[in-house]
Amino acid sequence: MTLTFFWIFGVIAMAGGLLCITRRNPVGSALWLVVTLFALAAMYVMLDAQFIAALQVLVYAGAIMVLFLFVIMLLNLGRPGPTDIKGPVGVGIAALLAGTLLLQLRVLGQAAPPEAITLPEGTMAALQQQGMVAAVANPLFDAYLIPFEITSLLLLAAIVGAVVLAKRKL
Amino acid sequence: MLLGPALAISAVLFTLGVAGVLLRRNAIVIFMCVELMLNAVNLTFVALAQRIGVGGQVFVFFVMAVAAAEAAVGLAIILAVYRHKQTVNLQNINILKG
Repeated sequence: MTLTFFWIFGVIAMAGGLLCITRRNPVGSALWLVVTLFALAAMYVMLDAQFIAALQVLVYAGAIMVLFLFVIMLLNLGRPGPTDIKGPVGVGIAALLAGTLLLQLRVLGQAAPPEAITLPEGTMAALQQQGMVAAVANPLFDAYLIPFEITSLLLLAAIVGAVVLAKRKL
Repeated sequence: MLLGPALAISAVLFTLGVAGVLLRRNAIVIFMCVELMLNAVNLTFVALAQRIGVGGQVFVFFVMAVAAAEAAVGLAIILAVYRHKQTVNLQNINILKG
């Protein structure tokens, strides 16, 4: 049952991604990417990552894609115009390279994680009992404290950088 | 287990992102394709976190923070380039060419 729903959302995500890269209109591309992001959020729930699924909807679909749509509309790119998709030669090269990459990734995907590092059965179920927010937050403020603090510095740098770049005159 | 299907879907999504970057000339659409690739990697992290440990989900958190910062700075750069060249088509943006 879960597997069926997982594949349904997976197909939705892949179809959204395909339509995202083939739509001529950037607004259409952005909206199909939102479909993909929502399907991914549903898949995260099935993979025992409820907190990450909520973040996916709030941060990706909610904030980042609104920023993209905002810039597309600000630059008035939604109007019909000549296509920006490359010609037959470009499509052929892209298909060849992407096909090679897909083959390589599929071969890598066959390898299961070694037994020595897999969790014992039922560990995830036990974590589910105390809630996934606590399960993610505990390592975040313990083993990953320094990366977490550096992330705040990165966001500060991004804010300053975006303001400096977007401002006409300081 | 969902690990196999998740890795397969993730591989397809990453490939679609790469194909989009190679296929398009619109800077904003290329940027969205990069986001698609980041999401494909996030799916791999979450799928493996189910088997190996919750550290994978912590990494997804960091990837999202970096993606948000990248989107803000990247779109500001695209805005600045648009103001300069009146286009976001990468064919016409070649000021670094010798």
